[in-house]
Amino acid sequence: MEVLVCVKRVPAPGAKVPLTEDAQDIDTRHLGFTIGPHEECAVEEAVRLVEAHGGHVTVLAAGPPEVAEQLRYALAMGADRGVLVDTGAAELDPEATAAAVVHAIRTLDAEPFDLVLFGNESADAGHYQVGIRVACELGLPIVGGIKGIDVDGAAGDRLRLRRDVATGVEVYEVPLPTAAAVKEGLNLPRYPTMPGRLKARKAQLLTIPFEPAAGGLRKVRLRQPHDDREAAIVLGHGAAAAPAVVDVLEELGAV
Amino acid sequence: MTSLPSRADVVVIGAGIVGNCLSYHLADLGWRDIVLLDKGPLPDPGGSTGHASNFIFPVDHSKEITALTLDSMRQYEKLGTITTCGGIEVAREHVRVRELQRRMASAVAWGIEADLLNPDEVAHLVPFMDTSIILAGFWTPSVAVVDPLQTGALLREQATAQGALTVSASTEVTGIRTEGGRVRGVSTDRGDIETETVVIACGVWSPRIARMAGARIPLTPAVHQMIDVGPIPELAATKTEIAYPIVRDMDALMYERQSGPDLEIGSYAHRPILHEPDDIPSLEAAALSPTQLPFTDEDFDPQMEAALELFGPILNTPGAGVRHAINGLLSLTPDGSPVLGETPEVRGLWSAAAVWIKEGPGVARMLAQWMTDGTPEIDLHAADIARFYPHQRTSAHVRARTSEGFNKTYGIVHPREQWESNRQQRLSPFHVREKELGAEFFEVGGWERPQFYESNRGLLDEFGDRIPDRPDEWDARWWSPISNAEHLAMRERAAMIDVSAFAQFDVSGPGVVDYLQRLTMAQVDRPVGRLIYTPILTPHGGFRSDLTIVRLADDRYRIITGGADDARDAFWFTRHLPEDGSVTFTDVTSAVCTLGLWGPRARDVLSAATEDDVSNAAFGFGTARMITVNSVPVLALRVSYVGDLGWELHAPFEQGLRLWDVIAAAGEPHGIVPAGIGVYGTTGRLEKGYRLMGAELDAEYDPVEAGLALPKVKAADFIGKAAYLAARESGPAATLCTLTVDDHTGIEGTPRYPQGGEPVLTLDGERIVDRKGRGSYVTSAGAGPSVGAYLLMAYLPPEHAVEGTSLLVEYLTEQYPVTVARAGRTPLFDPDDSRMKS
Repeated sequence: MEVLVCVKRVPAPGAKVPLTEDAQDIDTRHLGFTIGPHEECAVEEAVRLVEAHGGHVTVLAAGPPEVAEQLRYALAMGADRGVLVDTGAAELDPEATAAAVVHAIRTLDAEPFDLVLFGNESADAGHYQVGIRVACELGLPIVGGIKGIDVDGAAGDRLRLRRDVATGVEVYEVPLPTAAAVKEGLNLPRYPTMPGRLKARKAQLLTIPFEPAAGGLRKVRLRQPHDDREAAIVLGHGAAAAPAVVDVLEELGAV
Repeated sequence: MTSLPSRADVVVIGAGIVGNCLSYHLADLGWRDIVLLDKGPLPDPGGSTGHASNFIFPVDHSKEITALTLDSMRQYEKLGTITTCGGIEVAREHVRVRELQRRMASAVAWGIEADLLNPDEVAHLVPFMDTSIILAGFWTPSVAVVDPLQTGALLREQATAQGALTVSASTEVTGIRTEGGRVRGVSTDRGDIETETVVIACGVWSPRIARMAGARIPLTPAVHQMIDVGPIPELAATKTEIAYPIVRDMDALMYERQSGPDLEIGSYAHRPILHEPDDIPSLEAAALSPTQLPFTDEDFDPQMEAALELFGPILNTPGAGVRHAINGLLSLTPDGSPVLGETPEVRGLWSAAAVWIKEGPGVARMLAQWMTDGTPEIDLHAADIARFYPHQRTSAHVRARTSEGFNKTYGIVHPREQWESNRQQRLSPFHVREKELGAEFFEVGGWERPQFYESNRGLLDEFGDRIPDRPDEWDARWWSPISNAEHLAMRERAAMIDVSAFAQFDVSGPGVVDYLQRLTMAQVDRPVGRLIYTPILTPHGGFRSDLTIVRLADDRYRIITGGADDARDAFWFTRHLPEDGSVTFTDVTSAVCTLGLWGPRARDVLSAATEDDVSNAAFGFGTARMITVNSVPVLALRVSYVGDLGWELHAPFEQGLRLWDVIAAAGEPHGIVPAGIGVYGTTGRLEKGYRLMGAELDAEYDPVEAGLALPKVKAADFIGKAAYLAARESGPAATLCTLTVDDHTGIEGTPRYPQGGEPVLTLDGERIVDRKGRGSYVTSAGAGPSVGAYLLMAYLPPEHAVEGTSLLVEYLTEQYPVTVARAGRTPLFDPDDSRMKS
């Protein structure tokens, strides 16, 4: 099975996300970068699928040359090949990102993919769009919110995709090739091994330059969320606090 | 949440290992109304304590750091927050094996059990290490891991239970109020506190907090990379935090230690990555903690390869991944030592910064003593914040030296090793001539001083037969036989020595005699023109300093002190100025240059350059006079640290070059040579048995032991007097002796030369310890070219401090026979000082 996993380089902030003075961007001067948890699960799932069924895992990221760091992380987890769609420093909206991914997949069409995996939404912008746009453009089926993937059918040419909904579990059967957008909880991603990291460091990345047209989304500005958490109230100390704790639990309907 | 008190006896800022321990020790010494603040939450406020690797290797070449570490280990032991696991420093290279042998000598000198192991013995202790690539291991069974957060919590609890401490977490300091150079209070986001004493124990943030009060703490936050790899079945099976010895892979500048089911790998091998205290992210903005910054893979990759070489057998375990990786921040200082003590800029503002987990509790206990009694029991001169000269407090200097020093953390550092960065800071007026003469410059206090002169290489033809060869590269590193030749030329003819690095302070005013009497052990109320050598004592009667004072007028003295330690002296003398303004202190170091002129022909040389009468009758030993040398007004001091006839010639800085040229020309017919500090600081002084501050003299030894007690005790009171009187009464627990090396032949058949710091042993190879528990070690080592022997100094207890006693010195695991040649201050060379006084 040939699996493509699309990942995004995102900042790894703490509880408070620092913004630039013009409020247009996250201030990343003192931040590290990572891939989102959904995408980490996508990489893990791809590696497991290929371990079980053969094939290759290709990992793709669009953005500035620095996205190589995230590609190498995925390689260290066990992906076989990295594709860097070099779109320069400018931030891409979902439309432009999808165009870049589509361009890269078409450039690589000598080796068609059976499965294209996305994270359900990016860890920073969270537009929920790129996977659907790419699938639509390529004419692939896509299901979002996936928390389980099984290879189905004697020929191994179908997937059973599972997702949680409020009323229970939905199961989809899709023929390959297909796309899927997965969620954290799909699996427990592995940590990269040291030999894996060293191998990834030396791996050659395939770079595809691409200048996407600007998408239709315009950012006005970013804003810190209001801190509407209420201050903690001390109910008491030691055993003396017990009645107050019981009151609260009763109020909450817990007892 | 408890409210902040409006007043406190002391405010400790920073609840890391140092702040917590210090709060406890202050309470223990009777302080009350202590407030401990931290801007972060407890128990881990987010500083370096929270992510430190927490292991302790007790053996260090520095006596001071070792003493602090051992004291800390005892405290952790008492609290039950220490787990002993043992530790091994392994060598991959032959030069490192030698360094481990040197460490062995330090272990013996400081009384720490240790052993050198072969690779098989190492494999026995750490079975999952590939020992085929190592040559040896230095095993210290007492190496341990501690829990600094638990330690802090316990100590806060104890101090709080005594009613002495208020702890306020999540409280950010916004300002430190000062008035007339004194601390008055601390402002926080939760209110203001009035106080006279503030301690900055803020680790990497310390410079920023000090700046609020107008003081400088010279350190920089720097990255130390750490990763955790696991789970590893062999480690998980132990079901404990640490069951195997910690391994320091010294040549890779790394360590590996078990951390539960993981192997933690830390590195000091990557490029220096420095940060600014102002750029450290806030608690809210940090992904992990403010001092755990994003890991930068590319810096760590070469270290991963090194780790795989040594620990491949377990790091390659399937499923073992890199579970945690950080660029941890720690504090680096320009010389690698902590920054402790009251800041010179602001009274009542104390620094307790740049301290490792291994020294934290010990540093805290010493600081508490220092703040309470004016001096700690462990000599801390190398960690004293007052040691830094103005240029050394600049960020340019801090960045340059910490960048250079970072990779020396596990490096092999020669005791005479010179820094390369940020040199050429302080140049004497003779510098241009010295360069022409091919001087090899060594640095002291930022001054460039000639150690020896290439121009004197020709002297080796003349004196070479009296200069033993040093065939071993280590023994000869940062050394030249030219120093010995310069020495012999001085003893036969005359030498001129640049001693402009001396610090010079003028003190004057109606209160000056009382002021100086209080600080000095010797009587300073002597006639105008007298030179007075005097120890400066700590309140406990140990050495704070030793220096020379000249009485220039009834109400004016000049203090002349060495270039290595004078920033601390300036601090001491200014801190004790009377508050009534009756004494004025002026630092004239930058206004005065000094040329030493010594040797049997010195009088002939000086006579040829001055019309003043410099005969012994007119200008006796131990006096000072103004003379004119050519057109240069010179304050001439008839004194010598090398034991020969001659003068220190003190001149206006801008006329220094003229003075040099005049003396050089006058000296030419007499065969004068320029001589370096190799003569002044080592060969000349050792032959004469002169003690050096920081080597023989420190706060842990008193004047009676150093052989510097005076025949009479002056009536005037002075700091340390009670202790000095008691020491005179009880007699020395150890006496400073001069030893000669009887046989230099090492195991390879070549002569070897101890470099200082080595343990002195009995003929049975037993460590020698005096009744105060202090081990005997070599305080200084160097050639005595005129006495034809290699000389060592060491404090020995009375039973060994007997001339003619045979002992051993352990150097690089070999023992060399030595003999006590002098017990006490009588020099080997010219014992009755007839040359100097002729």
